[in-house]
Amino acid sequence: MIRIEPREMPSKWWTVGIPIMSALVAILLAAIPLALAGANIFEAYTQMAKGIFGSTFAFTEMLTRATPLIFTGLAATIAFRAKLWNIGAEGQLYLGAMAAVTVGTGLIDAPSFILIPVILFAGAISGAVGMAAPTYLKTRFGADEVVTTLLLNFIIIIFLQMMLEGPLKDPMGMGWPQSEPILENGILPQLIPRMRIHAGLIIALISAGLVHLLLSKSIWGFKTRAVGENAPAALHAGINVNRTFMGAAVVSGAIAGLAGVSEVAGLRGYLTTDLSPGFGYTGIVVAMLAGLSPIGVVISAIFIASIFVGADTMSRAIGVSSYLADLVVAISLICVLIGGFVARYRFIRTNKVNA
Amino acid sequence: MDILQILLNESFWAATLRIATPLIFGVLGALICEKSGVLNLGIEGIFVAGAMAGWMAVWFGFTLWMGLLVAVIVGGTFGLIHAILTVPLGLSQHVSGLGVTLLATSISYFTYRTALPKLSSPPKIEPFQPLDIPYISEIPFIGLVLAEQTAMTWLALFMVVLVWWILNRTPLGLSIRAVGDNPDAVDAQGLSVYGLRIGAIVVGSSVMALGGAFLTMSAFDSFFFGMVNGRGWICIALVIFASWRPGKALLGAILFGAFDAFQVRLQTEVGAFLPSQVFLMAPYVLSIIALVIVARRAEYPRALLKPWFKGAR
Repeated sequence: MIRIEPREMPSKWWTVGIPIMSALVAILLAAIPLALAGANIFEAYTQMAKGIFGSTFAFTEMLTRATPLIFTGLAATIAFRAKLWNIGAEGQLYLGAMAAVTVGTGLIDAPSFILIPVILFAGAISGAVGMAAPTYLKTRFGADEVVTTLLLNFIIIIFLQMMLEGPLKDPMGMGWPQSEPILENGILPQLIPRMRIHAGLIIALISAGLVHLLLSKSIWGFKTRAVGENAPAALHAGINVNRTFMGAAVVSGAIAGLAGVSEVAGLRGYLTTDLSPGFGYTGIVVAMLAGLSPIGVVISAIFIASIFVGADTMSRAIGVSSYLADLVVAISLICVLIGGFVARYRFIRTNKVNA
Repeated sequence: MDILQILLNESFWAATLRIATPLIFGVLGALICEKSGVLNLGIEGIFVAGAMAGWMAVWFGFTLWMGLLVAVIVGGTFGLIHAILTVPLGLSQHVSGLGVTLLATSISYFTYRTALPKLSSPPKIEPFQPLDIPYISEIPFIGLVLAEQTAMTWLALFMVVLVWWILNRTPLGLSIRAVGDNPDAVDAQGLSVYGLRIGAIVVGSSVMALGGAFLTMSAFDSFFFGMVNGRGWICIALVIFASWRPGKALLGAILFGAFDAFQVRLQTEVGAFLPSQVFLMAPYVLSIIALVIVARRAEYPRALLKPWFKGAR
């Protein structure tokens, strides 16, 4: 018989080791679909590595891809720490991007040091409202935020289509549903000349640092964690649970909104409905792989971005569908869930049947 | 524009039932899982997997009914993954469910791309045809509505009765309901909490897969990316709206279908004045409104979302 007992404290080694092991297992398991697709497995992995480390350009592309994932990973981290299930980062990302093109395409004409902060602020506010609304429905009416945020993602993307065919449409866009380009002064600066990597990465890293400080060092963070770990106890201790939920919602939504600003003002320059290939949903995986640690989010976002960029290169080189990347990401989430279980319990062999 | 004229038209009600059918399967599947105490957010991905697997089986030469069986098995397999993660391991039902959705969706898309790489226009199968039942079409009005439905819609309606009967009139149903309300009591009776929950999730997920299969094998004749388009999430909202009762689930799905069919017809009448997106948005907005209205009064299964461990009282 094997008896399962909870551990007093999961050891430090587990908390770091589990995500790394999960990532490795997921990459190794990718060999199965690769083999089924009839690909040369060695060649496939080589191409994937080339796509990440093959050149300076490849490496900066990977970091460019990691940038929105850091934002959405942080958004999920804050909300999930409070056990507020924000599955709506995808929609909040688009709300942020919409706000960015609304103010950034000519509404205000100002020098960069004014216009860029204004665009960032508008995007953050817009994303924050996008999460505050379902949180209000939760605290006021008891409507499950999982369902409402999921459905809002669909509503927001349809709303975006409407805007891009209406008020936000670029008259010079040859009829394509796309926004006008963001003014030169509103574009986030490039970090390296002739590479696509942009200042959004710096903002993402600063956000990760700030979220880390907020969660671990501030009273706000303490309340957020207390509500997440045991809401009735937190209520009993005099914490205003609903207000704490709202606080987590606003910060979470604001950061998801910044993801949209960063993509539209840092990378694309104008807004279309395919700005995000599911960054909001992938952010949940990023946050879980990071064990809901803001600093860990940076590392796991880089890992997930590597998978996507590597799989793209592999797909172009040997013709295996790049949906493989989504598969590896899904497998690594499930591995890290199982790993988290193993870390929290110990397995004891016993000879007697446990009564 | 004459609203009454729309509502009295057989083709309107036939469309309503057609839109409602995948939702009926989805809501019933989600209801079975949740009655046993486990939320299954894998539903969206299981819809995709059911749609892809059933369709592909038929494409490669299986009969339609064999295709449905394949969809059911695939759905049940993804359900089993969710069940293992959430029942014996007791992991977060939210995150595990989303993980299953990501897994099922990516496997389906990858398989479709890998198996049919060279085809540019979506390949088609011969889908289910309207079922010709003698005398039914002779009933005034309702007969004409029902005569347009395929065998899968009849299956969905039959499943409503079957699920209601099993849950409310059999010892097995009593145990499933009890394990979702008070697992300790079920354990004290010597029944297996794990077994009941795992079984309910696997069966529920199989039923969800039928909802996906309906899309590719009855409503349309081919598989394309993004075709499920949030139908799974709408089912999760409808279960709450239905207060976990199969009869109300049927009513909810039909109301939803009626609304959706109505907005399409309204769109052709007043489309010149309003952007089409207003109508596309409506079903999702309606789901949220319905959820807000019923949320406080909903009778949640008492042990929903609460993991249970043997001997850990």
